[in-house]
Order: sequence, then C-alpha cells, then structure tokens
Amino acid sequence: MSHTYVHALYDDDDRLKDGAKKVRSLGFSIKEVFSPFPVHGIDKIMGLNRTRISICCFIYGCTGFSLAFWMISYMSVYDWPIDIGGKPNFTPYHNLPSWIPILFESTVLCSAHGMAITFLLRSWLIPGVTPKNPDPRTTDDHFLMVMPAYTDADINTITSAAKATGAVEIKTVHA
Amino acid sequence: MQHESVIRDPLLLGKKTYHQITEDVARPVEGKANKYWWLMLALAVVAWSWGIGCMAYTVGRGIGTWGINRTIDWGWDITNFVWWIGIGHAGTLISAVLCLFRQRWRLTINRSAEAMTIFAVMCAAIFPVLHMGRPWLAYFVFPLPNQFGSLWVNFNSPLLWDVFAISTYFSVSVVFWYLGLIPDFAMIRDRAKMAGRKISYEIYRILSFGWSGRAKDWQRFEEVSLVLAGICTPLVFSVHSIVSSDFATGVVRGWHSTVYPPYFVAGAIFSGMAMVLTLVIVGRKVLGLEEYITIQHIDTMNKVMLTMGSVVGVAYFAEFFFAWYSGNPDESFIYLSWNNAIGPYAWAFWALIICNNLLPQILWSKRIRRNLYITFIMSIVINIGMWFERFDIIVTDLYRDYIPSDWTYYSPSWVEVGIFVGTIGMFFTFFLCFARVFPFIAQAELKTTLKATGDLFHNPRKIKAKTGNTDGAPVQPQTAH
Repeated sequence: MSHTYVHALYDDDDRLKDGAKKVRSLGFSIKEVFSPFPVHGIDKIMGLNRTRISICCFIYGCTGFSLAFWMISYMSVYDWPIDIGGKPNFTPYHNLPSWIPILFESTVLCSAHGMAITFLLRSWLIPGVTPKNPDPRTTDDHFLMVMPAYTDADINTITSAAKATGAVEIKTVHA
Repeated sequence: MQHESVIRDPLLLGKKTYHQITEDVARPVEGKANKYWWLMLALAVVAWSWGIGCMAYTVGRGIGTWGINRTIDWGWDITNFVWWIGIGHAGTLISAVLCLFRQRWRLTINRSAEAMTIFAVMCAAIFPVLHMGRPWLAYFVFPLPNQFGSLWVNFNSPLLWDVFAISTYFSVSVVFWYLGLIPDFAMIRDRAKMAGRKISYEIYRILSFGWSGRAKDWQRFEEVSLVLAGICTPLVFSVHSIVSSDFATGVVRGWHSTVYPPYFVAGAIFSGMAMVLTLVIVGRKVLGLEEYITIQHIDTMNKVMLTMGSVVGVAYFAEFFFAWYSGNPDESFIYLSWNNAIGPYAWAFWALIICNNLLPQILWSKRIRRNLYITFIMSIVINIGMWFERFDIIVTDLYRDYIPSDWTYYSPSWVEVGIFVGTIGMFFTFFLCFARVFPFIAQAELKTTLKATGDLFHNPRKIKAKTGNTDGAPVQPQTAH
C-alpha cells in the first residue's frame, strides 16, 4: 500500500514548532522532523517517548565495575597473590582502596563506550550508510516536517496549516 | 527558547544567521589552504621527522642515549609525559565540565580544544613507552600473565592505574569528540552533494555515518552528550590525580605529598587553557573566525587561567611553607625550598616562579586580558612555566638524594630534546590537518544558541532601537542566500 506524505519545509525553528503544534492540534501525526540542530521541545510536540539511553549507560557502568572487580580479584587474590613490600593480597577487602582507581576507570570505559555504541546502532549510524534526509538543506538552515496524509482532504488541511505557520516550501510525496 | 541576560555581551558577532554559520564553518574545509598553512605544516613535519629519528635511535641503542643517570632516572621524558597529559585536560574541561555548567562560550572553542586533548594524549603516550627501553614489550602493561605464565600485573601500583586511566581517557575523549563531529560532517556532506563534488561527498558520507538529523536521533544525541559530559567530568579529575599518584605514593621527599592530586589537576587546567589560547588566537585569525571566537571568549579563558594559576600559586606556597616549617632536613631540599632557590637548579626554580606566579598576575587587568598580543605571549610563557613545574618536581626532587654520594646534576642529551621537539611537531601536524579537514567549530550545537547569544537576537533593547520592533522581542532570523 502506497503512502502519501506532506513535506513542509521551514526556515526557522520557532515557526517549525508552531507548525508542528498546529498540525498536532488538528489531529494529524508527524512522522518525522529533520533539523540541522536539536530543536528543543519538538520531541514532546511530536509525541516521542523519552530516550532510555541513560539507563543503558547505567547498566553498562555496573557491568564494567563488576567485570573489573572480578578481574582484579581473580588476578591479584585468587590466581597469584603478589607479595610486594610485605603487603600480600590476601583478600579483596584489604586491597579495595588501591583498586578504586581501576574500578572507576573500567566503569567509565564500559559505560561511555557501551552508550555510544548503543546510540550508533539504535539510530543506525554506521560508516557508509546513505543518509535519509530528503532535502540536503536540512543540515544547513532548513527544517523539514514529514506528515502522513490518507485523503485529499488531509493533504489540503495539512498544507494550509503549514502555509499558515510560515512553511517556505510544501510538497506532496508518494512513497 | 533560552534567553541570555541583556547585560552580557553577545557571544556571536556580526548579525549571523543559521546559514551564515554554516558558510563560515564550511569555508576552511571547502577552500584551499594558503601558503602560511603549508609553511607551518612543513615546519611541523620536519620537527616530527627529527623526533621520529631520535625515537628510532633511542629504540635501537637504548635509553643510555639520554642524559639520565642512576640518581635522576626520570628526566625530560617523564617531564614531557606529564606536561602533555596536563595540556589535554583543558579540552575535556571545556567540553564536559563547562557543558554541565551550561557555559555557552565553550561552544565555539570546544571542538578545537577536544582535538587538542586527543593529540596531546597521543604525544604523552609516546614517552612512557620509550622509557620502558624495550617498547616492543609495551603490551606487558596490560593485564596479561607475565611471560604468559602465572604472575599478573600489580593492581596496587599507580603506574598500572595510569595505564587504565590514560587509555580510558583517550578512548572516551575520542568518542565524545567524534560523536559531536557527526552532524557537522553531515553538513559538509550535504553541501558537497548540492555543489556536485562527488569525491568530497563520498568521503564525508562515510565520516558522517549516514546522519540525517531526525528528531529521535537528536534526542538521543543530546542525552548521550549530556551523560558523556557527566562521565567525563570525574574522569578528567581522576586522570591527573592518578598521574600525580605516580609521585605522591613514592617515598621521595617532595613527591610524597597529599596536596598533589588537586594541585596537579589545577596545574593541568592552567597549562591546558594556555595551550587552547595559543591555538585559538592563531586559529581564529587564520580561519577568519574572529566573530565566533571573540575577545569576550579570550577574556573568559584568561579568567579561568588566572583562577587556576592562583590555585597553583597557593599550592606552591603551601609546599614551600611546609617544607620549611616541618624542620625536616630532607624536606629542605625539595623543589620548592630555599636550597633549591639558590642551588644549582636555581634557574629552573626561578623560571617556574616567574612564568607561573609572577607574570600571570598581569591578567588581573581587564585591558590586558583583552589584548591578543599579550595574551598570546602569556599563554606561551605559562606553558613554559608549567613545563618547568614538572621538570622541577622530577629533577630537582631527585638530584639531592637521601645519600649525599648520589648527589649529581642532569642535562638532557640531544636525543631527549629531539624527541620532545618531535612530539611538538607531531601535535601541530595533526592540529593543522584537523583545522583543514574537520569543521573547526561545533556548528550544530552553536546554532542552538544563536537566538540566545547572537548579535542579531541578543539584546532586545538594541534590536528595538535598530529595527523599531516595539514589542522588544527578538526578531525572527533573516535567511541569507
């Protein structure tokens, strides 16, 4: 089944937000917004859920901490305790203070890289991927709002709402 | 939209629009390099080549080619290591700590400061690897059983903490920097597409990872940037604290000091900010970005430098006072003591005090903070002073050992000097290439603050006077094509 989308191009972020609010208030949904920089508040107008990537970061951090603790305990206490200056590694408890720097660094290492990889994969940002923004001006100074329309009446209503809020170009695209 | 107080000066001069920012940031990347850039690059490559030769000579003949001896076994090598690591700190301070504090002035300098961090850490890493004497065994610093038998690395050693701290710091800094670059690469890519430059388009298409600026991507991007800033903030403080532990946990008097971690961090930010100033004062002029990196930015960075210099000054005073007040004869030979002030290394002692404490006092004057020539000279003076701080800590704490028969003097050999000059050449080679290939300013982030701090939108009273817009509200942008 083919879909019809109305592409409304704006040249200002505040006008884009006005347009998005207007379209939403008329009961239409917004499929996508392409912008050259983060437009604060547009995600709420579009009805996007809050990202949970910081929760992932916390989980990766816990994993990094646990792995580092296991690694140091295994190497320093269980496998081969090194006795340097009469200070042997008998228990993790006695050595914990001097392990804190490496535990911290491993936590940061895993949380930062884990979160970055998750972000790149979830947004499918991979070297060589062809960009999906329909208009190259959306990485410069234009803002594109994509709205699905099911009937000619929908197209007319959305188009007039976009025009009224200052869209500089409006196109109907069949996909 | 966020508004800035009207009593503040705008951070973006010259009536910029979104498109104008794009044009100004893309210009150095799309244009051709001038002869000064090529001249600078040639000098940097020559210096780097000399350094590579000296490194190869060191690896081939051993570190006996250096001037170090049994008493002073950490000479220029570890001095340069700590100096480079310290320089890196201002980049993360600007990109992470100032991000958490919502300092908008960081937006035009964070990209170049982060690049500086990465290149500085790369230069720093060369030194301990060479100091090992057998760099082909450098992988032994990672948690592997020695000789692949049973004995593991020592997790109680600050030298091992350093391995983890610096490798984490480097890799996380690279990730933070590159994620910020992705939308800017996409901007260059789309401009290449519109202009029909196929090779440029393909290169930046790969570099931009297919970024298209979807709302959900921006939402995640902002969250990732904020959380990374939160993670990098303790990271940056931990790294130099750990580097200082290399000294502070030792039994050498002068090194065995609890003030070292905060003192090293303040010193690192002090020297790093000086290096940022050196780079951006030249960069803004060469790349024509004076309206982005304004005198206001230079003034603010000078204030940070003055604050950090004062913290370092208090630490010097504390070290000097307690060395004297303790009445311990060993302590009276530390790097900040009367004996050092009049001893054979008095020149190094006074170089430190003059460059780091006395001369920076001129920055209390607003007129001087806003003078580019004096600021540029001061930034170099401070970098020299901070190099001497590390030299004094290492060499002048070691040269008067506990046993007077060990007392000696140290001068670097031409090989050590060559390696240091080589790392400076490597740093500038990378930085010059960065300034030509990568967007020098984080334009996507900067555009978010255009309406808050741009000259065109910033001060409603000025706008009212100029345009007759009676409601006093910021005017809508005028797109200029």
